[in-house]
Amino acid sequence: MSLNIENATVIYPGTDGRPPTEALQRINLTMDDGDFVVTIGASGCGKSTLLNLIAGFLAPTEGRILLDGTAVEGPGADRSVVFQKHALLPWLNVRDNIEFGLMLQGHAKAERNKVADHFIALLGLSGFENSPVYALSGGMQQRVGIARALTCDPKLLLMDEPLGALDALTREKAQELILHLWHDTGKSVFFITHSVEEALFMGTRLVVMSPRPGRITHQFDLPFSRQFLEGISARTVKASPDFIQIREEVLAIIFADEEAV
Amino acid sequence: MKDKHDKHLNATPPAKPGLIARLAKERPTKPGEIYGVPGSGDTMMLSLATIAVLLFIWWLITTMGWIKPLFVPSPQSIVAKFISVWQEGFTGSPLWLHILISAGRVFGAFLLACVIGIPLGLAMGMSPLIRGIFDPPIEFYRPIPPLAYLPLMIIWFGIGEASKVLLIFLSVFAPVALGARSGVRSAAIEQIHAAYSFGATRWQVLRHVILPAAMPEILTAMRIGIGFGWTTLVAAEMVAATRGIGYMVLSASQFLQTAVVIMGIIVIAGIAYLFDLLMRLVERKVVPWKGKM
Repeated sequence: MSLNIENATVIYPGTDGRPPTEALQRINLTMDDGDFVVTIGASGCGKSTLLNLIAGFLAPTEGRILLDGTAVEGPGADRSVVFQKHALLPWLNVRDNIEFGLMLQGHAKAERNKVADHFIALLGLSGFENSPVYALSGGMQQRVGIARALTCDPKLLLMDEPLGALDALTREKAQELILHLWHDTGKSVFFITHSVEEALFMGTRLVVMSPRPGRITHQFDLPFSRQFLEGISARTVKASPDFIQIREEVLAIIFADEEAV
Repeated sequence: MKDKHDKHLNATPPAKPGLIARLAKERPTKPGEIYGVPGSGDTMMLSLATIAVLLFIWWLITTMGWIKPLFVPSPQSIVAKFISVWQEGFTGSPLWLHILISAGRVFGAFLLACVIGIPLGLAMGMSPLIRGIFDPPIEFYRPIPPLAYLPLMIIWFGIGEASKVLLIFLSVFAPVALGARSGVRSAAIEQIHAAYSFGATRWQVLRHVILPAAMPEILTAMRIGIGFGWTTLVAAEMVAATRGIGYMVLSASQFLQTAVVIMGIIVIAGIAYLFDLLMRLVERKVVPWKGKM
């Protein structure tokens, strides 16, 4: 898998006499196989717009998005999206939600069951297969969403603030779960978050964006997720001097953007 | 410490707050309740009491002879009339046949309105082309009372079954179609995007996301629609009918048989209420997730 975003610019036309907004300005970004790219930035910096470009929900005004050398021209099963909320189907139970993508792609029931069983076990949802999704906690609902995204074996997993609606403790557990999944499946992940700590802990690369116009201002290579996967506990990683130093640096950048409004 | 505890136990419970304070909800809630929920509380007992009081007043004013039976017959005489019409029939047809014929007209029109209205409403929600074409005629006729276009139905379709069913159909069709149309908007954009990112076709998104998400609103629209159907029944049976509950009510009124009029009204209300209960049951079975996500 290789993703190349070349000079992507998105301009939303102005409505009611207001001038057009430049949501993204000449974005250049490359992702390679197994990368975990986390995007962070002040609100309005265009990180969700960038994810929508990669997902194919939005076409760039200028520039292009290449996935394995082919231009992205709409959503497709090679890129699965995990949303912050509202994306599960409440009329289906947990198993049918997880099988939803496979069902749409016309896989036979037996095969769907087999794949779903694997991910139900992998995400710790055993025993809840037949529960209605609205009866689950927010953390479990998100695990259903992640399982559903993984069933179709996407090249790239797009996660749009997937943990934003979870409480702090559930969130830390979910971060560790996602890192283990990333490590075990070898998927490439594009991940959006509002939390600097989450961004630093999860990513192999951090992309910091600034608003008005939305653009990439800083990029950092990060060692912390690998430290965690090598066996250092999450809290130890997050409390290390290196981690705290870069955390404050990134926070300073984002605060400066927020104050510039 | 022990003294204080005992004192607390021995203290008389605080006086119950007065009715005004309870209505105004100016008091903290008990454990298990949520403070400040508007209109919380069970109304079953109060509703039953209201019915009992209304029946009692009805019984009192008729039994005391304050109002002539011509204007308001007594409750007993309504029951007696129901039994006699059930046994002997009205204008040559038994009561069950009147009920059956009216129900046939209403449910026939209702089914037809659902079969045509729900797909059309969904199509209007999905396609600006279809919405642009069908919006003006539906919005034009929707607010017109059926009695106003009843003469047109007769001129165009005669005085047979067709004009009766069509009149009821039109009154059910608009709310059902508009309900299905706005139901299209019920699916969250994340649900739609998730389906598309699995490579779903437009048809699959409609079938597997938009239609199920719209079900609560479609079922509500069907409930509202059948209500309009019963409302229009009497108007429809003004047209040269010889059978039907609406016909029975109209015909009895011409002979000042007030008891039959009231009995017919209660029968219509009873059937409509039973069907509404059935629809609510269907709602609980079909969309148990309604409002939960």
